[in-house]
Amino acid sequence: MIIFGQVLMSGLMLGGIYGLMALGIILIYKSTKVFNFAHGELVLIGTFLFYSFLVELKLNVWISTIGLLLVAVMIGLILERFVLRPLIGQPILIAIMATIGISLVFKGVQNLFWPGPGRFYPKFISDDPLTIGGLIFSRQHLIIFLICILAFLLFAIFFNRTSIGLAMRATAEDHRTAQSTGIDVNKIFALTWILSGSLAMVGGALLGSIAGVTPSVSEMGLKAFPAVLLGGVESIAGALVAGLIVGTLEVICSAYLDAYAGGGMKDVVPYIILIFVLVIKPYGLFGLREIERV
Amino acid sequence: MSLKICGIFNVDYRKDMAIFRTKFHWFALFVGLILLFTAPLYLGLYLLSVLNMICISAITVIGLSILTGYTGQISLGQAAFMGVGAYASAFLTDNGVPFLIALPCAGIITGLVGLSFGLPSLRLKGFYLAMTTLAAQFIIVWIMIHWESVTGGIHGLPVSKPRIFGLVVTGEGNLFILILSVTIAMIYFAQNIIRSKIGRNFIAIRDNDIAAALMGIDIFKYKLLSFFISSIYAGIAGSLWAHYLGNINGEQFPLIDSIWYLGMIIVGGLGSIVGSVFGVILIRVLGEVVMMITPNLGKLFPAVSDGIGASLGLIVFGLTIILFLIFEPRGLAYRWEIIKSYFRLWPFPY
Repeated sequence: MIIFGQVLMSGLMLGGIYGLMALGIILIYKSTKVFNFAHGELVLIGTFLFYSFLVELKLNVWISTIGLLLVAVMIGLILERFVLRPLIGQPILIAIMATIGISLVFKGVQNLFWPGPGRFYPKFISDDPLTIGGLIFSRQHLIIFLICILAFLLFAIFFNRTSIGLAMRATAEDHRTAQSTGIDVNKIFALTWILSGSLAMVGGALLGSIAGVTPSVSEMGLKAFPAVLLGGVESIAGALVAGLIVGTLEVICSAYLDAYAGGGMKDVVPYIILIFVLVIKPYGLFGLREIERV
Repeated sequence: MSLKICGIFNVDYRKDMAIFRTKFHWFALFVGLILLFTAPLYLGLYLLSVLNMICISAITVIGLSILTGYTGQISLGQAAFMGVGAYASAFLTDNGVPFLIALPCAGIITGLVGLSFGLPSLRLKGFYLAMTTLAAQFIIVWIMIHWESVTGGIHGLPVSKPRIFGLVVTGEGNLFILILSVTIAMIYFAQNIIRSKIGRNFIAIRDNDIAAALMGIDIFKYKLLSFFISSIYAGIAGSLWAHYLGNINGEQFPLIDSIWYLGMIIVGGLGSIVGSVFGVILIRVLGEVVMMITPNLGKLFPAVSDGIGASLGLIVFGLTIILFLIFEPRGLAYRWEIIKSYFRLWPFPY
């Protein structure tokens, strides 16, 4: 039972990270109706940039974070203005390919400036484990999990209470109507990309402290898509719940089924979940059901 | 598109749909084929290997073009389907099936696998369907690596060279003749599928699926058919790939290859077979150019010389896709039409 509890806990921790990734993807989708396949690569750039700030420039953690946010704002603005804005209103394949193109460029940039094997951050979160009720927690994972929950709360408040958040939701509903009520849709788009970019890059810094600074960090971006779809592409609370479900299932499957499948279940479980979600409940747990039958 | 040379009038539908309309077209075809088939006589091994890769990619990309460019269903799993064809062909020839039978069988097997992943298209479209094919990509590659009794796991599977009527085809030049023949046959089939009722139904579904259903097209049937045909192309390309390289493993069919194939369609122009071939040629040639210039670039910028080869390839490819999407969304095929009509009308401006 203790083992199961331990597995469940590490699943939830992983789920928190998936949730955070899914949140970034959903943010973009909610206001621009673009699925951002480059999210994982934004995370990747965040991880490596934070490494450069922290280790190569020897800055303090907080200054590095501020530097990271500044870069995130710049990247968000550039992407929105020069890639996504010219493609507004194009078919879905075009938008998907554009974000995939961005992701390739980022991957190339990462490989160009930080080639070679993985790196590690100096410990900025202490890693001696915490024991609660017989279960052992890694302090890093726990802190990151709490930060994920905090991010969700902040975004929930942002979308429900602030005028900018409401404007973003209005933009998501209908671009033209939003524009006619005086919302500057272009500004909202830019703001969305900035927010999502910052979320991705800070997430990358956190992820780098657990998983190490390796190129494989970017795979999390694609593995968050099952969580996005399970939660329903519109719902922020859905992203958290679905992220936790996907993370937990992944860890449980790899703990109990790896022995039979010859290992590596964790690479494939989220995608099996994805297929099931799409076949059984394509609009997810909390998504809006668009009815269009053929 | 419908610009014709002065003095040529099409008096029936057959003539109107013909690919080769004039004596010059036939002449160009004849000369082009002779040039291609005699290529092993005057091209070096390196250029022949590039041509082989171009031909194999062209088959896959034409298949993807039928699915994505003509039917409008996005697939992010074409590389994995190619892998299925490669393993199927390797398995069949290993068990004594002649190559000429194993090749179409690999196509059919891949077609059936593709069909099963196309089944969700009953309820899904657009982005959601793209996600099922993404899942297919990861699940199929995972099976390739973990089903060791058939696929050899991570060590891969050695594949014999193709044997046709007792003759073993080896050497870059002979393989090129074989691969080129299959490629030309596949281009011919694709062009004819697109001009038939099936192709017109595909285009109708792409342009507006609800309207297509209203016109009496069985959407589900034709979507599945499109998946089937596209996967057959992937399977045949995979089979050629396996026999060409002589060794396959699951890591030869990664997601990035599926993305390359989609990128080639975008660059070539959606909804054009010729465009797909152009796209393959452009992207492959760009890739080779990057490979050639990177050692020198590495000397120029020693600070970043470690990863410059792989990274520059990715950056160039990503930028090519983005720039084509923004500045030339109709791709090279459209540019080709413009050039052709310019010469047709010359010396008049229009």
